[in-house]
Amino acid sequence: MSQTATLPASPDTFEDQAAPETKIRSYWQSVGYRLRHDKMTIFFGSIVILIVLAAIFAPLLAPFDPYKESIIGRLKPMGWRNHTLGTDELGRDMLTRLLYGGRVSLLMGIVPVIFATCVGGMLGVIAGFMGGRVNTGIMRTMDVFYAFPSVLLAVAISGAMGGGMLNGMLALTLVFIPPMCRVAETATTQVRSLDFIEAARATGAGTFIIVRHHVLGNVLGPVFIYASSLVSVSILLASGLSFLGLGVRPPTADWGLMLSTLRQSIYVVPVVCALPGLAIFVTSICFNLVSDGLRAAMDVRM
Amino acid sequence: MSRYILQRILYAIPIAFGVSVVCFSLVYLAPGDPLQTVLPPDATAETIEIVKKAYGFDKPLPIQFLIWLGKVVTGDFGMSIATRRPVLDEIIMALSNTGMLAMFAIPTAFTIGFLMGLLAGCFPGKWIDRGVTGTAVFGVSLPNYWLAIVMVIIFAVELSWLPATGMGPKGSAEFSIWRWSDTQFLVLPVITLSMIPIGIISRTTRAAIAEMRNQDFVQTLRAKGLSELAVIRHVIKNALPGVLAVMGLQFGYLLGGSILVETVFTWPGSGFLLSKAIINRDVPVLQGTILTLAIAFVMTNLIIDLLQSMIDPRIRRG
Repeated sequence: MSQTATLPASPDTFEDQAAPETKIRSYWQSVGYRLRHDKMTIFFGSIVILIVLAAIFAPLLAPFDPYKESIIGRLKPMGWRNHTLGTDELGRDMLTRLLYGGRVSLLMGIVPVIFATCVGGMLGVIAGFMGGRVNTGIMRTMDVFYAFPSVLLAVAISGAMGGGMLNGMLALTLVFIPPMCRVAETATTQVRSLDFIEAARATGAGTFIIVRHHVLGNVLGPVFIYASSLVSVSILLASGLSFLGLGVRPPTADWGLMLSTLRQSIYVVPVVCALPGLAIFVTSICFNLVSDGLRAAMDVRM
Repeated sequence: MSRYILQRILYAIPIAFGVSVVCFSLVYLAPGDPLQTVLPPDATAETIEIVKKAYGFDKPLPIQFLIWLGKVVTGDFGMSIATRRPVLDEIIMALSNTGMLAMFAIPTAFTIGFLMGLLAGCFPGKWIDRGVTGTAVFGVSLPNYWLAIVMVIIFAVELSWLPATGMGPKGSAEFSIWRWSDTQFLVLPVITLSMIPIGIISRTTRAAIAEMRNQDFVQTLRAKGLSELAVIRHVIKNALPGVLAVMGLQFGYLLGGSILVETVFTWPGSGFLLSKAIINRDVPVLQGTILTLAIAFVMTNLIIDLLQSMIDPRIRRG
């Protein structure tokens, strides 16, 4: 595939369309097949895995102590005395702090999405399946939160609560619940009116069985894909909160916070100061492209 | 048509009401008693009672909310804890500065984004399409606060073509967009702010145009002998409502995203005011600014909805 991963793979590039006599694959087999042949997604997926591994094993990989300051070694350029990526305003090693910072940034990027997916997804399925007043009640409440631009809502909530990593994650969770709920609600409403639900009901299946076996299977796909696309947004927003001083407290390393404090030193070591932002950007774009690849492979339309 | 307009306006009222409830409750999200900020730490129980009464904190929450709402509607957002000035004055000042950024950033982002998307959609698969699609992916994942810093590094630090931050020596009171010595301070913030909407708008426009070009009516138009230019005009007209919806969202993005960009450029707009309020734990300013921006966003969406229905009568029936 020479196209970028953002374009959904066109069906006629797969041999199972061109040669009908090849064996029929199950849904997950064909998803796996498409993923294996999508070089872009594999490439960016491996970068994501590398970033996550680097964050997890930061203590093993880091060449220095993340909190070790040095008065003579402040704001040194890349390659100064074994400091591959230079040092920050307190003389701490940039590479080490970027590795450790990835832990906080990834955590703040991924955890809110997981919580929001659970809560928002559940509310959406309830709203979609029950319909009527329950739907109106839930969805109109969500509309109120939609009236805030996402950055604004995140800043408002975590700003009012006084910042900190936990408050930041809580704020991001609240920001992601409404769009997640809307995706789940749309998918559920579409499935609910289909004939096979009617058939299941006619055979005597209870609400729980219908939701568990017939609705969830059709809703999880869009919800999962949407959640994967939210991770990239969440990393951007989380780092933005840290950038405003609403995330972790110094001296903990975090990409957003590092970028914010190094901003004062752009006249001394401009390239080193831009590094934390580059880390945010690369991580975000990789998650974004992997999400696009997964969407194409799972053939989810939203 | 007038029925649809009325319906839309009636629908926006409960949303605006909900928004104000959320803003009101921001005060109660703050850790501890909201009175802590005004009371000295050694206040006696008696003083606390008096102050509570003075601020109306002794009344039940719904009553407090209605009193607050009544004040807000008449423009009384309270006093800033940090500057002791009325919050409204600060907000008006800040909004006019943000408005100046938006006045340049929005037309720039919308025209460039739309034109890029249009070109990409008209030549799907060609190099221009790939370029636009690639740029769009970059745009979506780009942290605008980082972009702002990179812009400052390149154009202010390395090349020293443009000033890095601020609004110039005279400040915002005497700022004039007609003087280059003032306008040069606008260039970097405007470019930074419009970059990400350009990515998103071009992507949406590309998708909408490419989809419309595959519709049957386009073939009919061609079969009737219309020139390619006339066909594109029809395609644009049909693709426009979807594009407009995204533009409305991007307007909100500009309002919200300006928080970080204005902080980097120390541009004294609403976003900068907000980040100052966060540092000073100035809840009245935080509350007032968020409420104003959110209401502005609700209004924009309402206007976009009405514009859409004017362009595409099908929406009115839906």
